[in-house]
Amino acid sequence: MSNISGRYAIVGVAETKVGKRPEASTHSLHLECIKACLDDAGIKATDVDGFITNQPLNDAHRSYAVRMANMARMQPNYATDLALGGATPIAMVQNAVMAIEAGMANTVMCVHARKRGTPDPTPGHPIRHGDEHWEEPWGHFSAVANHAFAAQRHMYEFGTTSEDLAHVAVATRKHACMNNNATMRKPMTIADHQASRFIVDPLRLFDCALESDGGGAVIVTSTERARDFPKRPVAILGMGQHHPHFSLMDAPSLTTLGGNKSSKVAYEMAGLSPKDMNFAEIYDCFTITTMITLEDYGFCKKGEGKDFVKNGRIEVGGELPVNTHGGLLSQAHIEGMLHVTEAVKQLRGHEVEPERQVKNAEAGIVSGHGGSLCMHASLILGAL
Amino acid sequence: MRKVKPFLEELEAKPFWTHLREHKLTAQRCKSCGKFFTFPPQGSCPHCLSSDYEWVSLSGKGKIYSFVTYNRAWHPSYEGKTPYNVSLVDLAEGPRLISNVIECAPEQVKIGMAVEVVYEDNEDYTLPKFRPALGT
Repeated sequence: MSNISGRYAIVGVAETKVGKRPEASTHSLHLECIKACLDDAGIKATDVDGFITNQPLNDAHRSYAVRMANMARMQPNYATDLALGGATPIAMVQNAVMAIEAGMANTVMCVHARKRGTPDPTPGHPIRHGDEHWEEPWGHFSAVANHAFAAQRHMYEFGTTSEDLAHVAVATRKHACMNNNATMRKPMTIADHQASRFIVDPLRLFDCALESDGGGAVIVTSTERARDFPKRPVAILGMGQHHPHFSLMDAPSLTTLGGNKSSKVAYEMAGLSPKDMNFAEIYDCFTITTMITLEDYGFCKKGEGKDFVKNGRIEVGGELPVNTHGGLLSQAHIEGMLHVTEAVKQLRGHEVEPERQVKNAEAGIVSGHGGSLCMHASLILGAL
Repeated sequence: MRKVKPFLEELEAKPFWTHLREHKLTAQRCKSCGKFFTFPPQGSCPHCLSSDYEWVSLSGKGKIYSFVTYNRAWHPSYEGKTPYNVSLVDLAEGPRLISNVIECAPEQVKIGMAVEVVYEDNEDYTLPKFRPALGT
């Protein structure tokens, strides 16, 4: 098996305005992403021969990739929609690479939009994960609680506190304040976090992601072809996935998750290690997810996340800037698609507000995490 | 407001719900490798994939693996009932259940705490819940 590291690249990127978009639907947000991404890459819809979307959380949106491709009059040779929760955006990029490597497509667009900030004026009903009847009779309803279980274990095993988690929220908010396309742009202090109410104890309101409308997209092609595109291409250096369980009742651990193995595969493919990463865009549905993933990714030892996230270390200008766009916690929750687009923009250089541009960014890692802490995908990108 | 009911007709789980009506907490055990299945119930052993299994009565004893306190009601049937506990209970025989620790204040629940099953009878189904084990 040959190593694909560096042989594929991202040549187009797009991000819609995020937040509350009552004038938009799931479909219209996807179309907005498609147009903006084609413009960024300087190509036409008919130049795209592979098309990948997320599977929207709506039972009326089956075969969504083909539906959306058709709305833009694409007739792709490869299409699929993926359902790996917050690991989906990275899995889409990985699938794009695989489709090209397999000879089924040359230019693959990956689009992920989400309509959760305001009601979606589109027919259909919400999709569920399928095990609710083993949870809801006991009053267990939410992703917040799944992650609160993990936070409680992290506190028990390593002495982490709610105030330690606050440092993640505060650093992430600092970056959102520098991002013109972020929802939450009012600075947050540790005291603000500690004063926010418990949603599911031990997680507070400011430990939780936003609910947002918006979307993002990327276009993947071979590095060889990438040089003909107008913008600076960004190389795909490493990719991995790992899915250790499905139900929380089966989780082998709540403090070491799929990111541990997923990142090892990605580092190995890239021939790089955590110390080579100039920044990390870490899926942050909750503050505890950021902390656990930083540990799983080898930036610090297991249990030391509580110290690692302090003293500006994870801020722009620090040792490892994390979520330089403001993340799901403070920019917008597009299931991690904007973690991917942000990493691409950081590596292109000169595409984000100068105050949050990571200096001399050569390589960065992106994480995706989904479901009941059960799904994980990793992506290492590098400047070309 | 009606509570959310379990799905009592689920093929693999039907015996679990039937046994609970008789106040028996049971789990599947593989007759081929001897190991307990995990929850939710499934059609063959998660360890060896044998479909030869039996339903076995459990001691009803367990320990708290992790717990949370809901301060928000996600479902109208929980309005006015917050804060309440939801726990991951490691049963003595191995399998883990999502359930509630009752008969004690949410802030008294701790990881590692010994609990024992109590049965909550509803109109047409019975839920296993847990309380602090006597003598602890």
